[in-house]
Amino acid sequence: MLEAILQGVLLGGYYAVLAAGLSLMFGVVRFINLAHGDMAVLGAMLALWLVQVMGLNVPMAIALTLPAMGAIGWLLQRLIFERALRGGFLIPILTTIGLAATLQNGMFAAFGSDTKSLGAHIGSLSWASWHLPGDIFLGKLPVYMFLTALVVLGGLHLILTRTGFGRAVRATASDPEAAALCGIDARRVHRGAAAIAVALAGLAGIFLALRAQVTPFSGPMMLIFAFEAVVIGGIGSLRGTLIGGIALGLAQAMGGMISPQFSILAGHCLFLAILALRMTEAAASERGGWRNTLTAVLFNRSQIKGRLS
Amino acid sequence: MRAVVTADPILRARGVNKSYGALKVLHDVDIDVLPGEALGIVGPNGAGKTTLFGALAGSFPVTSGAISFNGIDLTGTRASDRCQLGIARTHQVPRPFLGMTVFENLLVAAQSGARLDAAAATGRAADVLRRTGLADAANRPAAALGLLDRKRLEVARALATGPKLILLDEIGGGLTESELIALVDLIQSLRSEGLTIVWIEHILHALMRVVTRLICMSEGRILAEGEPRDVMANAEVQRAYLGSSPE
Repeated sequence: MLEAILQGVLLGGYYAVLAAGLSLMFGVVRFINLAHGDMAVLGAMLALWLVQVMGLNVPMAIALTLPAMGAIGWLLQRLIFERALRGGFLIPILTTIGLAATLQNGMFAAFGSDTKSLGAHIGSLSWASWHLPGDIFLGKLPVYMFLTALVVLGGLHLILTRTGFGRAVRATASDPEAAALCGIDARRVHRGAAAIAVALAGLAGIFLALRAQVTPFSGPMMLIFAFEAVVIGGIGSLRGTLIGGIALGLAQAMGGMISPQFSILAGHCLFLAILALRMTEAAASERGGWRNTLTAVLFNRSQIKGRLS
Repeated sequence: MRAVVTADPILRARGVNKSYGALKVLHDVDIDVLPGEALGIVGPNGAGKTTLFGALAGSFPVTSGAISFNGIDLTGTRASDRCQLGIARTHQVPRPFLGMTVFENLLVAAQSGARLDAAAATGRAADVLRRTGLADAANRPAAALGLLDRKRLEVARALATGPKLILLDEIGGGLTESELIALVDLIQSLRSEGLTIVWIEHILHALMRVVTRLICMSEGRILAEGEPRDVMANAEVQRAYLGSSPE
């Protein structure tokens, strides 16, 4: 039990990094990047290529992959998303669907469909663990990954709160028009945010490749996990994203105790429950509280008809 | 005032039109704003005053017409470029960055709008805080401010961008008499430092204490322009501004 809880929390760091990029894009650039999971896989594939083909060690590969992913994010924003965003609400979403398909099939063509892992390249770290009192085995890799996640999210928090660029990002997220009138160039802010978001996705992909394996088609599942962590934690706060990631990790670990097949499903269930709660909450405040909402729903009172007509 | 008539305008708008579909909000508006002057704009609701500010500040592209600032053609420039050139604008309903503190609101404006480095921006923000009476609220989140402080912050943030021209949109509304006096004092002191001011205001007695020239707009056009008292005495202005009474 305690072991499952610990593992769930540690897994949460990975989900939080994965979710932070999605949340940043949504909060600042105001669109949902449905290729976010595939960006993560691209990061993993890049690192794998550097290790397996170019013969670099894993830390070196990570150090090269992250800035490369940042550059890719900047270019995507500059060349594709900026244009798509001028086309209204639907075009950017369709664009990212197209990008997702292109990435998946492009990576399939370039790297093949085999499952790949960085686990074989980090020696004993992939299985080494600490033996804690109470007969609990705590994997070293998950702990290091969780600590890295904390450092990265903490660093991002410092960037957002302590630097001029970070303040410009928050101002743009808060009110793009007022931000422009303060001299903030939204395009630069968006490009910077996209670079950070894609680099974060790349790091999450590397995490996945370290602790398990990836295929060119792992992206959509990662996107779903990122979504779930964002929704559970609430958009627009890094602390919320971290909590959301940990909650998702915990739910999966607890579900896994019931049965291995139940692990992922438990995460989905938590996500659905929180989503339903948020929606009823919004509806409740709109109609003047829970009581009114319940009567309206149960007895099909006119408030509902009025709203629907 | 008569002496500066020959000076080149700091802001010049010629034949500015703005339409939303079939709805024409601005009709061939011409405006010259002289450096250092305080120009008032009055007019009934829906006259296009706020739209004019949007057009000047670059919040949206105009349908046709030309605007220049300090001799620089502003056609095709974005709001952020115009801010960096020295045009600042406030909103009728304050739009602070809610998730940030008052100080951060000013800091981001000083860094992005005036292109100051962190140290200089901090100094500028502290300066503006003191001038606008927000010093005590510096570390409060903007979301926690009441109306008066939000209005102050709106002006303060515009000042932090280091403007040469400030467009004030109904900053007097909803304030008490003593708050209004403090505001008029602030604007007068800004003007005495050489800042050019264009001020849309419904509270005429506050406006008349500051402005040296007045424009009255109605239905997207400039109805009258000149000496504040002459404009207000104009029969057309009285009809448009005070409303055509049924009798």
